[in-house]
Amino acid sequence: MMNENDMVLRYTPLQRSNHWVVAILFGLAAFSGLALFHPALFWLTNLFGGGAWTRILHPFFGAVMFLFFLILALRFMGHNFLKSYDFKWLAHIKDVIVGNEDKIPPVGRYNAGQKVLFWVMVWCMLALLVTGVMIWRPYFNEYFSIDLRRLAVLIHALSAWVLIAGIMVHIYAAFWVKGTMRGMLSGWVSRYWAKAHHPLWHDEISEEKKHL
Amino acid sequence: MAMLDIQRRSATTTETPKARSLPQVAKLIDVSTCIGCKACQVACMEWNDLREEVGHNVGVYDNPADLSDQSWTVMRYAEVEENGKLEWLIRKDGCMHCADPGCLKACPSPGAIIQYTNGIVDFQQEHCIGCGYCVQGCPFNIPRISQKDNKAYKCTLCSDRVNVGQAPACVKTCPTGAIHFGTKEDMKDYAEERIADLKSRGYDKAGLYDPQGVGGTHVMYVLHHADQPTLYSALPNNPTISPTVELWKGVAKPLGLAGLGVVALGAFMHFIRRGRKVVTVENGHVHVENTADQRGAAVEAQAEEKVS
Repeated sequence: MMNENDMVLRYTPLQRSNHWVVAILFGLAAFSGLALFHPALFWLTNLFGGGAWTRILHPFFGAVMFLFFLILALRFMGHNFLKSYDFKWLAHIKDVIVGNEDKIPPVGRYNAGQKVLFWVMVWCMLALLVTGVMIWRPYFNEYFSIDLRRLAVLIHALSAWVLIAGIMVHIYAAFWVKGTMRGMLSGWVSRYWAKAHHPLWHDEISEEKKHL
Repeated sequence: MAMLDIQRRSATTTETPKARSLPQVAKLIDVSTCIGCKACQVACMEWNDLREEVGHNVGVYDNPADLSDQSWTVMRYAEVEENGKLEWLIRKDGCMHCADPGCLKACPSPGAIIQYTNGIVDFQQEHCIGCGYCVQGCPFNIPRISQKDNKAYKCTLCSDRVNVGQAPACVKTCPTGAIHFGTKEDMKDYAEERIADLKSRGYDKAGLYDPQGVGGTHVMYVLHHADQPTLYSALPNNPTISPTVELWKGVAKPLGLAGLGVVALGAFMHFIRRGRKVVTVENGHVHVENTADQRGAAVEAQAEEKVS
C-alpha cells in the first residue's frame, strides 16, 4: 500500500552532480556563445571579462562540458532507446501537450519526448565538438582549410541553436510536470509521481522491491 | 579618422554616423608596369613600423612567402605561358578594400572593423577579440592574426595618410608609377587609358579588375589578361562572400534570436493556458490534473493553503 511518505530514488548523488556540472557548463558555453552570435547579445561578454576573454574561455567551457556530457550520456544511454510503447506515446503527443491525461499511453523511466531530446543532445554535442575544434583559435583552426572552417562555423551555430532550444524545452518540461525538479535536485520523487508519469518504470521498481 | 565618416561598422545593426561623406577613393595597381622591385613592401613596413622576421628563401621570388601580421602587402610572382611566350605576372597582394567586405560582415565584435565613407576598410585592433571570423569572411584570404597578441591585421590603405591628404606609402614609393591613388572615378578613367594602350599592344583581353561580386573594390588592378585573373597567383575570378558566411551572418542571426524568443514565449503561453501537471490520489488511484483546469487548480490551492 502506497502512502505520502513513500519516495523513490530517481537520481543518485553522483548522477545529480554529473547532471548539474553539465548544466552549469552548458550555461557558461551557451551565454558566451550567444554573445558572439548576435550583436544584440554582445553585452554578455561582460559576464566573462570582455570580448577577448569570452573568445578564449568559450571553447574550454564547451570542451569540458562535452567531457562531462559524455559520461552522463553513457550513464543514461541504456534508458533512452526507443521502445514500441514510445511510438504509441509519440502518436498521442497532442494529448500530452494539451493534458488529456486519460489518453496518454504509459511509458517507462523516460517518455519518448525525453528520449528524443536525449538523442538530439547527443548529436548536437558531437557536432559542436567537431566543428568547435575546427574553429578553435589559436590551437587547432590552422589544421583545417578556410572553406571547411566556413562550413564549421555555420554547423556550429546551427547545432548550438538546436541544443539551446532543446534545453529550453527541457527546463520548461521539468517545471511543467510538478515533482520533476525535486528528482534532479534532491534525487527523490514520490511513488505517486512515478506511477502517474512513468507507470512502466514504477511497475519495474515495484517488482524489484518485491523480490528483495 | 574622423568618426563622422563611417559607412559601416562590424556587429552593429543600427545606422553609423555618416553625416559627412568623403569622396570614394581607390588604389589602382597597374600590373603591366610593375617590375617586382618590392619597394612597396619596404615602404609599407617603413610607414607602418612593421618588421617581419627574417625568413627563408623558399625557391621563388616571393619574399616573405605570405602575408602576415607584419607583412600587409607581398608581391606574388607567377610564371605562365600565354600566346606561346613566357610571361612573368607580378601582383602586389593585400587587402582589396571591398565595398561589401566579408570580414566586416563576419566580425562579431562591435566596431572592430570599420568601413569609412571613402571606402577604406580598417581594423580597429583594440576592439578585436581574436576569433578569426574575419579570416573566414574574407573572399581574398587577406587578414592575418598575430601569434603574439591574437589581433587581426591587414593593409589599412594608409588610412592615417589618406586622412591628411597623402597617398598611401606604397603609392608614394613606387618607382615605375605602377601604383596610383585618387578618387575611384579618376582611377577608373586612368585605367581606361592604360587598358586602351595595352590593347593597342596586342593584349586584347586587357581590362580592369574591380569585382562586382563584392560590390567593387577600392584596390583595383589593371590586368593584361583580365579574362583570367587566376593566372595572377590565384586572384579569384568572381570573388563573393561565401554563401555559408552569408547564411550564418545573414538571416541566421535575426531568425535564430527570434526563434529562441518564440520557444521561450511558447513555453510561457503553454504554462498560462494549461498550467502545471499535479498528481492527485483518490481511493488509492493516481490521477494527473492540469492546474489550468478547475480540479487541478483546486488541488494546487489546497496545497498552498496547507503550507500557509
